[in-house]
Amino acid sequence: MAKEIYTKYKMAKYLRKEALPTALCPGCGGGTVLNAFANAIDQLGIDPRDLVVVSGIGCSAWIASPYFLADTLHTTHGRAIAYATGVKVGLPDKKVVVISGDGDLAGIGGNHLIHAARRNIDITVILVNNFIYGMTGGQVAPTTPFGAITTTSPYRNVEHPLNIAETVTSAGASYVARWTTFHVYQLIESIKRALSVKGFALVEAISQCPVQFGRRNRMKTPTEMLRWFQRNSVLISKARNMSPNELEGKIVVGELVNREKPEFTEELNSLIEEVSKHYGLGDNNAD
Amino acid sequence: MIIRGDEPEQIELLKKMYPKGNYFMQGDEAIAYGALFAGCRFYAGYPITPASEIAETMARELPKLKGYYIQMEDEIGSIAAVVGASWTGFKSMTATSGPGFSLMQENLGYAIFTETPLVLVDIQRSGPSTGQATKGAQGDFFQARWGTHGDHPIIAISPTSVEDSFWETIRAFSLSEKFRIPVLVLADGIIGHTREQIKIPDPEEVEIVYRKLPTSDEEAKYPFGDVHGDLIPPMPLFGHDYFTHVTGSTHKENGLRDVYTPEVHDRLVRRLHKKIELHKTEIQKWEEYYIEDAEILLVSWGVSARPSLGAVMEGRKKGIKVGLFIPKTVHPFPGERIKELSKNVQLIIVSEMNLGQVILEVQRFVRDEVPVIGVNKIGGVPLTVEEILKEIESSAERSRHRSAD
Repeated sequence: MAKEIYTKYKMAKYLRKEALPTALCPGCGGGTVLNAFANAIDQLGIDPRDLVVVSGIGCSAWIASPYFLADTLHTTHGRAIAYATGVKVGLPDKKVVVISGDGDLAGIGGNHLIHAARRNIDITVILVNNFIYGMTGGQVAPTTPFGAITTTSPYRNVEHPLNIAETVTSAGASYVARWTTFHVYQLIESIKRALSVKGFALVEAISQCPVQFGRRNRMKTPTEMLRWFQRNSVLISKARNMSPNELEGKIVVGELVNREKPEFTEELNSLIEEVSKHYGLGDNNAD
Repeated sequence: MIIRGDEPEQIELLKKMYPKGNYFMQGDEAIAYGALFAGCRFYAGYPITPASEIAETMARELPKLKGYYIQMEDEIGSIAAVVGASWTGFKSMTATSGPGFSLMQENLGYAIFTETPLVLVDIQRSGPSTGQATKGAQGDFFQARWGTHGDHPIIAISPTSVEDSFWETIRAFSLSEKFRIPVLVLADGIIGHTREQIKIPDPEEVEIVYRKLPTSDEEAKYPFGDVHGDLIPPMPLFGHDYFTHVTGSTHKENGLRDVYTPEVHDRLVRRLHKKIELHKTEIQKWEEYYIEDAEILLVSWGVSARPSLGAVMEGRKKGIKVGLFIPKTVHPFPGERIKELSKNVQLIIVSEMNLGQVILEVQRFVRDEVPVIGVNKIGGVPLTVEEILKEIESSAERSRHRSAD
């Protein structure tokens, strides 16, 4: 049942109103990411009809599908980027965006993340990193900080987290940036750049989950978590002159890479053009 | 631009690339060419014996026809990309074998639930696990039916020769497109790697079926609704301004998730089943040989059907009234027809390269009314005419003794 929603919120026009209100908990960073994404789309003047948004499983996967009003594909756990690969090949002129979580994209789906970056396919990934498997009740994730308490590391986490942004940079992405939900304006700017770059682009958005992560780690409220982001973030320009010891437990924010590289669907299409021209109908001397 | 396969340019291209005539090729290649003739222009895959030749053929031939080949990082990603491409309008396919088929099960379920047309080829090999990687088998009959979790319908087709692989792959695409459901092609390592002569037809001789698309914006609002009364919703593809939402969660007719209302789940899952049930006569296909006066009915499928036919012909020469039934669509299983045939026979023999799978389906339909015995062989070497004939002869002998009593 489509509900009429009266709001002064300018981005409401980008939302699928019949799917509202969102299922996100009060204080969740997911809304901030959705807002940042909508603002980026708005500022770039992208028509939502030129967008396909793909997501996996988990709280962060719900941010855009179903709430964002575009073609949306809500896939299986971890596989959003692989589904998006097929979508991008079929619709090379559309913006294909993946919005999903850390457990989804970097845990179970880590292989697809690395290989999509290697292929440098023109997909924009907004990876919402809240350090935890939120939807399933707060279990330890491959991004959970060392020593943190979760429901499956009830004494403390003895593993070290994956540095997602650096991994994707090494794998060959065109664009990689990391911000937190405290850095809303920078986040919008980076999403805009990620959408504009030709090639694989990752924006890692560190986000608060006060319900499943914060309250077990002495940050009961969303504001406490945002303050932690503020205090703990180090700009990448500054981080370059810091030792690994000094950087332990810090969140390095900023743009990790922004480079021009051959893009996968363009390469694939020019190969097809070449081969089909050679074998095709037009040129009778092809053989 | 999405290619359906029936464009005049595509017909001309097919004619130029693969002129009508006799070709000598493997079953794997025949499957690939069948897909090309059916209009498949997107393939995502991952290498695995004995299915790799399908990927190799597609990688070589697809670009000539302006189609796309992608090699993914694993089988999970392969079928995921195929689903994604299908929602943009491509007829899409992937192919794999045993271990890869196991990996694809979750996303196969996604494709079933989201009514995504695609063709998944399983070149069956000896399992479990890595098993005999290079050897054929018929052990995935039930995995094809129940490999992915939850209640679901499926269509699976099993070809019996190299030429049959070409035509059955085309039929797989037609059924998949028509009924908006993934269709499995259950070939095996023996057919896949056997080389024999096949006739490639004129592309005009091939019936090209493309999925039903919405004819209005109103219809497009219900990607999962029975808007035409045939239980098959038209498919509002991505990129056509429909704002289509697709999810593997339980969804309403408009595509939006509703996992809390029991009726929504009940309605959706029952419609998916009824969709196949309603069109079963169109989906099912079988072959029958010498059944008119048969006293012994041999049932066989896939690679085992061929030596079974040989055994039946040899048996007939010896005066044994034996007939053969070959299900070509193995799911939904044509059990009703077997039940009908069973009324006139004294015994049913099921020959297959496993320890007894199709035999369980046969028994389910004929109950205890007719004795059912199996001729089973595993190890990667196909059943021979002699092995099957031996069972037919000894069965005929036993029944002669019984009637003499």
